[in-house]
Amino acid sequence: MSNALVTVPKTAKKGEIIEIRTLVSHNMETGYRRTERGVPIPRDIVRTFSCTYNGVEIFSAELRPAISANPYISFYTVATETGMIAFHWKGDNGFSVSSSAHITVT
Amino acid sequence: MSKRRSRREFLSAAAVLAAAATLPAGVRAQATKDLRGTEQDLRGTEQDMRVAINHFTGSRPLAKGKVNLEVPPLVDNGNTVAISVTVESPMTEADHVRSIRIFSERNPEPIIMGFRLGPRAGRASVATRVRLADTQTLVAVAEMSDGTYWFGSAPTVVTIASCLEEI
Amino acid sequence: MRAFRIAAWLLVASTHAWAQPPATDIPLAERRSGYEQMKRETRAMQDDDTSNPATFWVLEGESAWKRKTGAANRACSECHGDAAVSMKGVAARYPAHDAKSGRVINLEQRINACRIERQQAKPLAYESRELLALTTYVARQSRGLPIAVAPDQKTRPHLDAGRATYHRKIGQIDLSCAQCHDQHAGRHLAGNPIPQAHPTGYPIYRLEWQGVGSLQRRLRNCMSGLRAEPYEYGSQELVDLEYYLMWRARGMQVETPAVRP
Repeated sequence: MSNALVTVPKTAKKGEIIEIRTLVSHNMETGYRRTERGVPIPRDIVRTFSCTYNGVEIFSAELRPAISANPYISFYTVATETGMIAFHWKGDNGFSVSSSAHITVT
Repeated sequence: MSKRRSRREFLSAAAVLAAAATLPAGVRAQATKDLRGTEQDLRGTEQDMRVAINHFTGSRPLAKGKVNLEVPPLVDNGNTVAISVTVESPMTEADHVRSIRIFSERNPEPIIMGFRLGPRAGRASVATRVRLADTQTLVAVAEMSDGTYWFGSAPTVVTIASCLEEI
Repeated sequence: MRAFRIAAWLLVASTHAWAQPPATDIPLAERRSGYEQMKRETRAMQDDDTSNPATFWVLEGESAWKRKTGAANRACSECHGDAAVSMKGVAARYPAHDAKSGRVINLEQRINACRIERQQAKPLAYESRELLALTTYVARQSRGLPIAVAPDQKTRPHLDAGRATYHRKIGQIDLSCAQCHDQHAGRHLAGNPIPQAHPTGYPIYRLEWQGVGSLQRRLRNCMSGLRAEPYEYGSQELVDLEYYLMWRARGMQVETPAVRP
Protein backbone atom coordinates (compact mmCIF):
# COMPACT_ATOMS: atom_id res chain seq x y z
CA MET A 1 0.00 0.00 0.00
CA SER A 2 1.45 3.29 -1.06
CA ASN A 3 1.28 5.95 1.61
CA ALA A 4 3.80 8.33 0.09
CA LEU A 5 3.96 9.87 -3.36
CA VAL A 6 7.17 11.49 -4.53
CA THR A 7 7.94 13.22 -7.81
CA VAL A 8 11.60 13.31 -8.77
CA PRO A 9 12.83 13.71 -12.33
CA LYS A 10 14.28 10.43 -13.62
CA THR A 11 17.20 12.14 -15.30
CA ALA A 12 18.98 15.48 -14.93
CA LYS A 13 22.13 17.25 -16.02
CA LYS A 14 24.87 17.70 -13.46
CA GLY A 15 24.38 21.00 -11.68
CA GLU A 16 20.76 21.32 -12.76
CA ILE A 17 18.35 22.54 -10.09
CA ILE A 18 15.47 20.06 -9.87
CA GLU A 19 12.09 20.33 -8.16
CA ILE A 20 10.99 17.57 -5.82
CA ARG A 21 7.35 17.20 -4.78
CA THR A 22 6.20 14.97 -1.94
CA LEU A 23 2.88 13.90 -0.50
CA VAL A 24 2.34 11.61 2.49
CA SER A 25 -0.95 10.06 3.59
CA HIS A 26 -1.76 11.26 7.13
CA ASN A 27 -4.76 12.83 8.89
CA MET A 28 -2.68 15.32 10.89
CA GLU A 29 -5.00 15.32 13.91
CA THR A 30 -4.32 18.68 15.52
CA GLY A 31 -5.21 17.89 19.10
CA TYR A 32 -7.59 20.87 19.17
CA ARG A 33 -10.65 19.01 17.95
CA ARG A 34 -13.30 17.47 20.16
CA THR A 35 -15.79 14.68 19.59
CA GLU A 36 -19.54 15.31 19.57
CA ARG A 37 -19.53 14.67 23.31
CA GLY A 38 -16.81 17.27 23.86
CA VAL A 39 -14.00 14.78 24.50
CA PRO A 40 -10.66 16.10 23.16
CA ILE A 41 -9.16 14.07 20.30
CA PRO A 42 -5.44 13.63 21.03
CA ARG A 43 -2.79 15.13 18.76
CA ASP A 44 -1.43 12.73 16.14
CA ILE A 45 0.70 14.39 13.49
CA VAL A 46 3.73 13.91 11.30
CA ARG A 47 6.56 15.69 13.10
CA THR A 48 9.57 15.58 10.77
CA PHE A 49 10.41 15.12 7.13
CA SER A 50 13.90 14.61 5.81
CA CYS A 51 15.38 14.09 2.38
CA THR A 52 18.77 12.55 1.73
CA TYR A 53 20.70 12.36 -1.51
CA ASN A 54 22.99 9.34 -1.55
CA GLY A 55 22.90 9.40 2.22
CA VAL A 56 23.55 13.12 2.71
CA GLU A 57 20.67 15.16 4.13
CA ILE A 58 19.85 17.95 1.71
CA PHE A 59 16.53 19.17 3.11
CA SER A 60 14.41 18.73 6.20
CA ALA A 61 11.21 20.12 7.63
CA GLU A 62 9.56 20.31 11.01
CA LEU A 63 5.79 19.92 10.80
CA ARG A 64 3.24 21.38 13.18
CA PRO A 65 -0.53 20.85 13.59
CA ALA A 66 -1.01 23.79 11.21
CA ILE A 67 -0.01 21.62 8.27
CA SER A 68 -3.03 20.31 6.35
CA ALA A 69 -3.84 16.62 6.25
CA ASN A 70 -1.91 14.59 3.68
CA PRO A 71 1.10 16.89 4.02
CA TYR A 72 2.48 18.29 0.79
CA ILE A 73 6.03 19.60 0.70
CA SER A 74 7.88 20.69 -2.42
CA PHE A 75 11.44 21.99 -2.58
CA TYR A 76 14.49 22.13 -4.81
CA THR A 77 17.88 20.47 -4.90
CA VAL A 78 20.92 20.44 -7.14
CA ALA A 79 21.37 17.28 -9.24
CA THR A 80 24.92 16.40 -8.23
CA GLU A 81 25.31 12.69 -9.04
CA THR A 82 23.43 9.55 -10.00
CA GLY A 83 21.92 7.72 -7.09
CA MET A 84 19.06 7.49 -4.61
CA ILE A 85 17.08 10.35 -3.25
CA ALA A 86 15.41 9.04 -0.10
CA PHE A 87 12.57 10.49 1.94
CA HIS A 88 11.58 9.80 5.51
CA TRP A 89 8.56 10.98 7.51
CA LYS A 90 8.35 10.45 11.26
CA GLY A 91 5.50 11.27 13.58
CA ASP A 92 3.45 10.56 16.69
CA ASN A 93 2.50 7.04 17.72
CA GLY A 94 5.49 5.55 15.93
CA PHE A 95 4.53 6.85 12.50
CA SER A 96 7.38 6.13 10.14
CA VAL A 97 7.20 6.10 6.33
CA SER A 98 10.03 5.94 3.83
CA SER A 99 10.20 6.32 0.10
CA SER A 100 12.89 6.78 -2.48
CA ALA A 101 13.49 7.56 -6.13
CA HIS A 102 16.42 6.91 -8.40
CA ILE A 103 17.93 9.70 -10.44
CA THR A 104 20.43 9.43 -13.29
CA VAL A 105 22.66 12.48 -13.54
CA THR A 106 24.73 12.97 -16.69
CA MET B 1 -44.25 20.03 51.90
CA SER B 2 -43.30 17.14 54.20
CA LYS B 3 -40.54 17.58 56.78
CA ARG B 4 -38.41 14.76 55.23
CA ARG B 5 -38.53 16.23 51.72
CA SER B 6 -37.63 19.75 52.76
CA ARG B 7 -34.72 18.40 54.86
CA ARG B 8 -33.41 16.47 51.79
CA GLU B 9 -33.65 19.57 49.65
CA PHE B 10 -31.80 21.60 52.27
CA LEU B 11 -28.98 19.03 52.49
CA SER B 12 -28.54 18.81 48.72
CA ALA B 13 -28.52 22.59 48.45
CA ALA B 14 -25.95 22.80 51.23
CA ALA B 15 -23.79 20.18 49.48
CA VAL B 16 -23.81 22.21 46.27
CA LEU B 17 -22.83 25.36 48.14
CA ALA B 18 -20.05 23.51 49.94
CA ALA B 19 -18.70 22.14 46.67
CA ALA B 20 -18.80 25.59 45.08
CA ALA B 21 -16.86 27.03 47.98
CA THR B 22 -13.97 24.58 47.43
CA LEU B 23 -13.48 25.36 43.70
CA PRO B 24 -10.22 27.13 42.90
CA ALA B 25 -10.63 30.86 42.59
CA GLY B 26 -9.65 30.90 38.93
CA VAL B 27 -12.41 28.49 37.94
CA ARG B 28 -15.00 30.45 39.84
CA ALA B 29 -13.90 33.63 38.15
CA GLN B 30 -14.13 31.92 34.76
CA ALA B 31 -17.56 30.49 35.49
CA THR B 32 -19.13 33.66 34.25
CA LYS B 33 -17.29 33.63 30.88
CA ASP B 34 -15.55 30.30 30.26
CA LEU B 35 -13.66 30.45 26.97
CA ARG B 36 -11.80 27.17 27.40
CA GLY B 37 -12.20 24.94 24.37
CA THR B 38 -14.11 27.63 22.51
CA GLU B 39 -12.89 29.17 19.30
CA GLN B 40 -11.89 32.39 21.05
CA ASP B 41 -9.65 30.46 23.41
CA LEU B 42 -7.73 28.98 20.47
CA ARG B 43 -7.00 32.24 18.71
CA GLY B 44 -3.38 33.31 18.85
CA THR B 45 -2.34 36.90 19.04
CA GLU B 46 0.18 39.08 17.29
CA GLN B 47 2.05 39.14 20.60
CA ASP B 48 2.39 35.33 20.58
CA MET B 49 3.79 35.55 17.06
CA ARG B 50 6.32 38.23 18.02
CA VAL B 51 7.52 36.12 20.94
CA ALA B 52 7.93 33.10 18.65
CA ILE B 53 9.80 35.13 16.03
CA ASN B 54 12.14 36.57 18.64
CA HIS B 55 12.81 33.08 19.90
CA PHE B 56 13.78 32.01 16.37
CA THR B 57 16.02 35.01 15.76
CA GLY B 58 17.43 35.13 19.25
CA SER B 59 16.08 38.70 19.28
CA ARG B 60 18.66 39.68 16.65
CA PRO B 61 17.79 42.40 14.13
CA LEU B 62 15.16 41.40 11.60
CA ALA B 63 15.24 43.09 8.18
CA LYS B 64 12.35 43.23 5.75
CA GLY B 65 13.20 41.92 2.29
CA LYS B 66 14.55 38.97 0.28
CA VAL B 67 11.69 36.77 1.50
CA ASN B 68 8.70 36.39 -0.81
CA LEU B 69 5.75 34.71 0.88
CA GLU B 70 2.89 33.83 -1.42
CA VAL B 71 -0.55 33.19 0.03
CA PRO B 72 -3.84 33.52 -1.89
CA PRO B 73 -5.41 36.86 -0.82
CA LEU B 74 -8.76 35.08 -0.40
CA VAL B 75 -8.51 31.35 0.32
CA ASP B 76 -10.73 28.68 -1.20
CA ASN B 77 -10.85 26.95 2.18
CA GLY B 78 -9.02 27.66 5.43
CA ASN B 79 -8.36 23.96 6.03
CA THR B 80 -6.03 23.59 3.06
CA VAL B 81 -4.22 26.71 1.87
CA ALA B 82 -1.36 26.38 -0.61
CA ILE B 83 1.51 28.69 0.35
CA SER B 84 5.04 29.11 -0.91
CA VAL B 85 8.15 30.90 0.30
CA THR B 86 11.03 31.94 -1.96
CA VAL B 87 14.14 33.65 -0.61
CA GLU B 88 16.55 35.59 -2.81
CA SER B 89 19.92 33.95 -2.33
CA PRO B 90 22.72 32.64 -4.55
CA MET B 91 22.61 29.44 -2.45
CA THR B 92 26.37 28.99 -2.55
CA GLU B 93 28.53 27.54 0.19
CA ALA B 94 29.46 31.08 1.18
CA ASP B 95 26.05 32.66 0.94
CA HIS B 96 22.89 30.62 1.42
CA VAL B 97 19.66 30.26 3.38
CA ARG B 98 20.12 28.06 6.45
CA SER B 99 16.50 27.82 7.51
CA ILE B 100 13.04 29.28 7.00
CA ARG B 101 10.25 29.44 9.54
CA ILE B 102 6.65 30.44 8.86
CA PHE B 103 4.58 32.16 11.55
CA SER B 104 0.89 32.83 12.09
CA GLU B 105 -0.70 35.51 14.25
CA ARG B 106 -4.15 33.96 14.60
CA ASN B 107 -3.62 30.17 14.67
CA PRO B 108 -3.64 28.39 18.07
CA GLU B 109 0.16 28.07 17.72
CA PRO B 110 2.37 30.76 16.23
CA ILE B 111 4.74 28.42 14.33
CA ILE B 112 3.31 26.88 11.17
CA MET B 113 6.35 25.09 9.88
CA GLY B 114 10.15 25.15 9.74
CA PHE B 115 12.52 24.12 6.96
CA ARG B 116 16.26 23.53 6.93
CA LEU B 117 18.03 24.17 3.65
CA GLY B 118 21.68 24.65 2.66
CA PRO B 119 23.80 25.20 -0.44
CA ARG B 120 22.64 21.88 -1.94
CA ALA B 121 19.12 23.27 -2.28
CA GLY B 122 20.07 25.24 -5.35
CA ARG B 123 17.02 27.43 -4.90
CA ALA B 124 15.56 28.59 -1.59
CA SER B 125 11.96 27.90 -2.47
CA VAL B 126 9.50 25.70 -0.60
CA ALA B 127 5.77 25.11 -0.89
CA THR B 128 3.26 23.41 1.38
CA ARG B 129 -0.41 23.39 2.38
CA VAL B 130 -1.49 24.83 5.70
CA ARG B 131 -4.49 25.31 7.93
CA LEU B 132 -5.38 28.90 8.74
CA ALA B 133 -7.72 29.64 11.60
CA ASP B 134 -8.83 33.10 10.59
CA THR B 135 -8.19 36.11 8.39
CA GLN B 136 -4.61 37.09 9.23
CA THR B 137 -1.15 38.05 8.10
CA LEU B 138 1.46 35.32 7.78
CA VAL B 139 5.15 36.01 8.28
CA ALA B 140 8.09 34.03 6.88
CA VAL B 141 11.54 34.52 8.42
CA ALA B 142 14.76 33.31 6.78
CA GLU B 143 18.00 32.68 8.63
CA MET B 144 21.00 33.29 6.37
CA SER B 145 24.40 31.65 6.52
CA ASP B 146 25.94 34.99 7.55
CA GLY B 147 23.75 35.04 10.64
CA THR B 148 21.35 37.72 9.41
CA TYR B 149 17.56 37.37 9.51
CA TRP B 150 15.12 38.57 6.85
CA PHE B 151 11.36 38.47 6.66
CA GLY B 152 8.42 38.84 4.33
CA SER B 153 4.70 38.81 5.08
CA ALA B 154 1.40 38.35 3.28
CA PRO B 155 -2.18 39.00 4.38
CA THR B 156 -5.01 36.63 3.59
CA VAL B 157 -8.76 36.50 4.07
CA VAL B 158 -10.14 33.25 5.46
CA THR B 159 -13.88 32.65 5.56
CA ILE B 160 -15.79 29.69 6.95
CA ALA B 161 -17.01 27.32 4.25
CA SER B 162 -20.71 27.40 3.47
CA CYS B 163 -22.58 24.14 4.03
CA LEU B 164 -20.68 22.31 6.74
CA GLU B 165 -21.73 18.98 8.15
CA GLU B 166 -23.08 18.69 11.66
CA ILE B 167 -20.28 17.91 14.10
CA MET C 1 -64.91 41.52 -7.51
CA ARG C 2 -63.67 39.02 -4.94
CA ALA C 3 -62.95 36.43 -7.65
CA PHE C 4 -61.02 39.08 -9.58
CA ARG C 5 -58.95 39.93 -6.50
CA ILE C 6 -58.18 36.26 -5.89
CA ALA C 7 -57.16 35.79 -9.51
CA ALA C 8 -54.97 38.90 -9.38
CA TRP C 9 -53.33 37.70 -6.17
CA LEU C 10 -52.70 34.27 -7.72
CA LEU C 11 -51.14 35.91 -10.80
CA VAL C 12 -48.83 38.01 -8.63
CA ALA C 13 -48.01 35.03 -6.41
CA SER C 14 -47.06 32.84 -9.35
CA THR C 15 -44.59 35.37 -10.66
CA HIS C 16 -43.18 36.21 -7.22
CA ALA C 17 -39.58 35.22 -6.49
CA TRP C 18 -40.56 32.59 -3.97
CA ALA C 19 -42.79 30.65 -6.35
CA GLN C 20 -41.41 27.38 -7.75
CA PRO C 21 -39.29 28.12 -10.85
CA PRO C 22 -39.92 26.17 -14.04
CA ALA C 23 -38.04 22.87 -14.30
CA THR C 24 -35.59 23.93 -17.02
CA ASP C 25 -31.97 22.91 -16.96
CA ILE C 26 -28.84 24.79 -18.01
CA PRO C 27 -27.99 24.47 -21.73
CA LEU C 28 -24.84 22.39 -22.36
CA ALA C 29 -22.85 25.36 -23.64
CA GLU C 30 -23.52 27.22 -20.40
CA ARG C 31 -22.74 24.39 -18.00
CA ARG C 32 -19.69 25.25 -15.90
CA SER C 33 -17.68 22.96 -13.66
CA GLY C 34 -16.86 24.15 -10.14
CA TYR C 35 -13.25 23.73 -11.22
CA GLU C 36 -13.39 27.06 -13.06
CA GLN C 37 -14.23 28.98 -9.90
CA MET C 38 -11.33 27.65 -7.86
CA LYS C 39 -8.09 29.47 -7.20
CA ARG C 40 -5.06 28.64 -9.33
CA GLU C 41 -3.44 26.72 -6.45
CA THR C 42 -6.48 24.50 -5.88
CA ARG C 43 -6.77 23.78 -9.59
CA ALA C 44 -3.08 22.81 -9.58
CA MET C 45 -3.84 20.26 -6.87
CA GLN C 46 -6.37 18.59 -9.14
CA ASP C 47 -4.35 18.83 -12.33
CA ASP C 48 -1.36 16.90 -11.04
CA ASP C 49 -1.99 13.33 -9.86
CA THR C 50 1.20 13.39 -7.81
CA SER C 51 0.06 16.38 -5.78
CA ASN C 52 -3.61 15.39 -5.54
CA PRO C 53 -4.14 13.69 -2.16
CA ALA C 54 -7.07 11.76 -3.69
CA THR C 55 -4.44 9.70 -5.49
CA PHE C 56 -3.93 7.81 -2.22
CA TRP C 57 -7.55 6.66 -2.45
CA VAL C 58 -7.10 5.69 -6.10
CA LEU C 59 -4.07 3.58 -5.20
CA GLU C 60 -5.89 1.97 -2.28
CA GLY C 61 -8.81 1.27 -4.58
CA GLU C 62 -6.48 -0.38 -7.05
CA SER C 63 -5.17 -2.65 -4.27
CA ALA C 64 -8.72 -3.47 -3.16
CA TRP C 65 -9.66 -4.24 -6.78
CA LYS C 66 -7.02 -6.94 -6.89
CA ARG C 67 -7.57 -8.31 -3.39
CA LYS C 68 -9.45 -11.59 -2.89
CA THR C 69 -12.31 -11.13 -0.48
CA GLY C 70 -15.51 -12.65 0.85
CA ALA C 71 -16.59 -16.28 1.28
CA ALA C 72 -16.10 -16.69 -2.47
CA ASN C 73 -12.49 -15.57 -2.04
CA ARG C 74 -12.70 -13.64 -5.28
CA ALA C 75 -11.16 -10.35 -6.35
CA CYS C 76 -12.92 -7.76 -8.56
CA SER C 77 -10.15 -8.27 -11.10
CA GLU C 78 -11.00 -11.96 -11.53
CA CYS C 79 -14.32 -11.09 -13.20
CA HIS C 80 -13.59 -7.59 -14.46
CA GLY C 81 -9.95 -7.87 -15.44
CA ASP C 82 -8.13 -4.59 -15.99
CA ALA C 83 -10.31 -1.81 -14.59
CA ALA C 84 -8.90 0.66 -17.10
CA VAL C 85 -10.67 -1.36 -19.78
CA SER C 86 -13.72 -2.86 -18.09
CA MET C 87 -14.68 0.14 -15.97
CA LYS C 88 -14.11 2.76 -18.66
CA GLY C 89 -17.34 4.70 -19.07
CA VAL C 90 -19.12 3.06 -16.15
CA ALA C 91 -19.10 5.96 -13.70
CA ALA C 92 -20.11 8.30 -16.53
CA ARG C 93 -23.48 6.56 -16.79
CA TYR C 94 -24.20 6.10 -13.09
CA PRO C 95 -26.59 6.26 -11.24
CA ALA C 96 -28.27 3.61 -13.40
CA HIS C 97 -31.17 1.22 -13.40
CA ASP C 98 -30.59 -2.03 -11.59
CA ALA C 99 -32.65 -4.89 -13.01
CA LYS C 100 -32.47 -6.97 -9.86
CA SER C 101 -33.89 -4.38 -7.46
CA GLY C 102 -35.92 -2.53 -10.07
CA ARG C 103 -34.58 0.80 -8.84
CA VAL C 104 -31.99 3.33 -9.89
CA ILE C 105 -28.84 2.78 -7.83
CA ASN C 106 -25.57 4.68 -7.54
CA LEU C 107 -22.02 3.46 -8.05
CA GLU C 108 -21.43 2.74 -4.35
CA GLN C 109 -24.55 0.58 -4.25
CA ARG C 110 -23.48 -1.20 -7.45
CA ILE C 111 -20.10 -2.02 -5.90
CA ASN C 112 -21.75 -3.30 -2.72
CA ALA C 113 -24.25 -5.38 -4.73
CA CYS C 114 -21.31 -7.04 -6.48
CA ARG C 115 -19.61 -7.69 -3.14
CA ILE C 116 -22.72 -9.36 -1.74
CA GLU C 117 -23.72 -11.35 -4.82
CA ARG C 118 -20.40 -12.24 -6.47
CA GLN C 119 -17.87 -12.13 -3.67
CA GLN C 120 -20.22 -13.23 -0.86
CA ALA C 121 -18.72 -10.45 1.19
CA LYS C 122 -20.35 -7.96 3.55
CA PRO C 123 -21.29 -4.63 2.03
CA LEU C 124 -18.87 -1.81 2.84
CA ALA C 125 -20.24 1.00 5.01
CA TYR C 126 -21.06 4.28 3.27
CA GLU C 127 -18.14 6.73 3.54
CA SER C 128 -15.82 3.98 4.75
CA ARG C 129 -12.26 4.34 3.49
CA GLU C 130 -12.44 1.13 1.49
CA LEU C 131 -15.74 1.91 -0.25
CA LEU C 132 -14.50 5.41 -1.11
CA ALA C 133 -11.24 3.96 -2.41
CA LEU C 134 -13.00 1.44 -4.66
CA THR C 135 -15.52 4.02 -5.89
CA THR C 136 -12.78 6.57 -6.60
CA TYR C 137 -10.71 3.96 -8.43
CA VAL C 138 -13.67 2.85 -10.58
CA ALA C 139 -14.85 6.39 -11.30
CA ARG C 140 -11.30 7.46 -12.13
CA GLN C 141 -11.47 5.11 -15.13
CA SER C 142 -14.07 7.43 -16.68
CA ARG C 143 -11.98 10.59 -16.32
CA GLY C 144 -12.22 12.73 -19.43
CA LEU C 145 -15.35 11.02 -20.71
CA PRO C 146 -18.65 12.90 -21.04
CA ILE C 147 -21.32 12.19 -18.45
CA ALA C 148 -23.87 10.01 -20.23
CA VAL C 149 -26.76 9.36 -17.87
CA ALA C 150 -29.69 8.52 -20.15
CA PRO C 151 -33.13 8.19 -18.56
CA ASP C 152 -35.75 5.95 -20.14
CA GLN C 153 -39.29 4.90 -19.35
CA LYS C 154 -38.13 2.78 -16.39
CA THR C 155 -35.99 5.47 -14.82
CA ARG C 156 -38.13 8.52 -15.62
CA PRO C 157 -39.92 8.45 -12.22
CA HIS C 158 -36.52 8.58 -10.48
CA LEU C 159 -35.43 11.54 -12.57
CA ASP C 160 -38.69 13.34 -11.79
CA ALA C 161 -38.35 12.57 -8.07
CA GLY C 162 -34.77 13.90 -8.09
CA ARG C 163 -35.82 17.03 -9.96
CA ALA C 164 -38.64 17.64 -7.47
CA THR C 165 -36.18 17.32 -4.57
CA TYR C 166 -33.84 19.77 -6.31
CA HIS C 167 -36.61 22.35 -6.51
CA ARG C 168 -38.08 21.79 -3.08
CA LYS C 169 -37.38 24.40 -0.38
CA ILE C 170 -36.07 22.74 2.77
CA GLY C 171 -34.84 23.48 6.26
CA GLN C 172 -35.04 26.41 8.59
CA ILE C 173 -33.25 28.47 5.95
CA ASP C 174 -36.08 27.46 3.58
CA LEU C 175 -34.16 27.39 0.31
CA SER C 176 -34.08 24.90 -2.55
CA CYS C 177 -30.98 23.71 -4.42
CA ALA C 178 -32.28 25.58 -7.48
CA GLN C 179 -32.41 28.92 -5.73
CA CYS C 180 -28.64 28.93 -5.15
CA HIS C 181 -27.30 26.72 -7.91
CA ASP C 182 -29.59 27.74 -10.78
CA GLN C 183 -30.61 31.29 -9.91
CA HIS C 184 -27.48 32.54 -8.14
CA ALA C 185 -24.63 30.43 -9.53
CA GLY C 186 -21.58 32.61 -10.10
CA ARG C 187 -22.37 34.95 -7.22
CA HIS C 188 -20.93 34.62 -3.72
CA LEU C 189 -22.23 33.27 -0.44
CA ALA C 190 -20.13 34.42 2.53
CA GLY C 191 -16.99 34.77 0.44
CA ASN C 192 -17.40 31.45 -1.35
CA PRO C 193 -18.40 31.36 -5.03
CA ILE C 194 -21.65 29.51 -5.69
CA PRO C 195 -21.12 26.81 -8.33
CA GLN C 196 -23.75 25.40 -10.68
CA ALA C 197 -23.19 22.24 -8.63
CA HIS C 198 -22.47 19.64 -11.30
CA PRO C 199 -21.13 16.41 -9.78
CA THR C 200 -18.42 15.97 -12.39
CA GLY C 201 -15.61 14.83 -10.12
CA TYR C 202 -16.99 12.55 -7.45
CA PRO C 203 -15.76 11.13 -5.16
CA ILE C 204 -13.94 14.39 -4.50
CA TYR C 205 -11.10 15.50 -2.27
CA ARG C 206 -12.83 18.31 -0.42
CA LEU C 207 -10.45 20.82 1.20
CA GLU C 208 -13.00 21.31 3.97
CA TRP C 209 -12.94 17.58 4.77
CA GLN C 210 -9.20 17.23 4.12
CA GLY C 211 -10.19 13.88 2.68
CA VAL C 212 -12.17 12.13 -0.03
CA GLY C 213 -15.95 11.90 0.25
CA SER C 214 -18.96 10.95 -1.83
CA LEU C 215 -21.60 13.03 -3.55
CA GLN C 216 -24.08 11.92 -0.89
CA ARG C 217 -21.83 13.30 1.83
CA ARG C 218 -21.71 16.62 0.01
CA LEU C 219 -25.48 16.70 -0.48
CA ARG C 220 -25.98 15.97 3.21
CA ASN C 221 -23.61 18.88 4.00
CA CYS C 222 -25.83 21.14 1.88
CA MET C 223 -28.90 19.93 3.71
CA SER C 224 -27.43 20.49 7.16
CA GLY C 225 -26.20 23.87 5.92
CA LEU C 226 -29.85 24.74 5.33
CA ARG C 227 -30.71 23.45 8.82
CA ALA C 228 -32.66 20.57 7.36
CA GLU C 229 -32.49 16.97 8.54
CA PRO C 230 -30.30 15.28 5.91
CA TYR C 231 -31.56 12.18 4.12
CA GLU C 232 -29.80 8.98 5.19
CA TYR C 233 -26.91 7.56 3.19
CA GLY C 234 -28.24 5.19 0.56
CA SER C 235 -31.78 6.58 0.77
CA GLN C 236 -33.71 6.61 -2.49
CA GLU C 237 -34.23 10.38 -2.09
CA LEU C 238 -30.47 10.93 -2.28
CA VAL C 239 -29.91 8.44 -5.09
CA ASP C 240 -32.71 10.05 -7.14
CA LEU C 241 -31.21 13.48 -6.50
CA GLU C 242 -27.79 12.17 -7.61
CA TYR C 243 -29.48 10.79 -10.70
CA TYR C 244 -31.07 14.13 -11.53
CA LEU C 245 -27.80 16.01 -10.91
CA MET C 246 -25.80 13.71 -13.17
CA TRP C 247 -28.47 14.04 -15.86
CA ARG C 248 -28.39 17.83 -15.45
CA ALA C 249 -24.61 17.63 -15.97
CA ARG C 250 -24.80 15.35 -19.03
CA GLY C 251 -22.19 16.08 -21.64
CA MET C 252 -19.73 17.53 -19.13
CA GLN C 253 -16.42 15.73 -18.61
CA VAL C 254 -15.85 13.42 -15.67
CA GLU C 255 -13.03 14.88 -13.52
CA THR C 256 -12.71 12.19 -10.87
CA PRO C 257 -10.95 12.53 -8.54
CA ALA C 258 -11.64 16.26 -8.39
CA VAL C 259 -10.46 18.69 -5.72
CA ARG C 260 -13.04 21.13 -4.41
CA PRO C 261 -13.15 23.72 -1.59
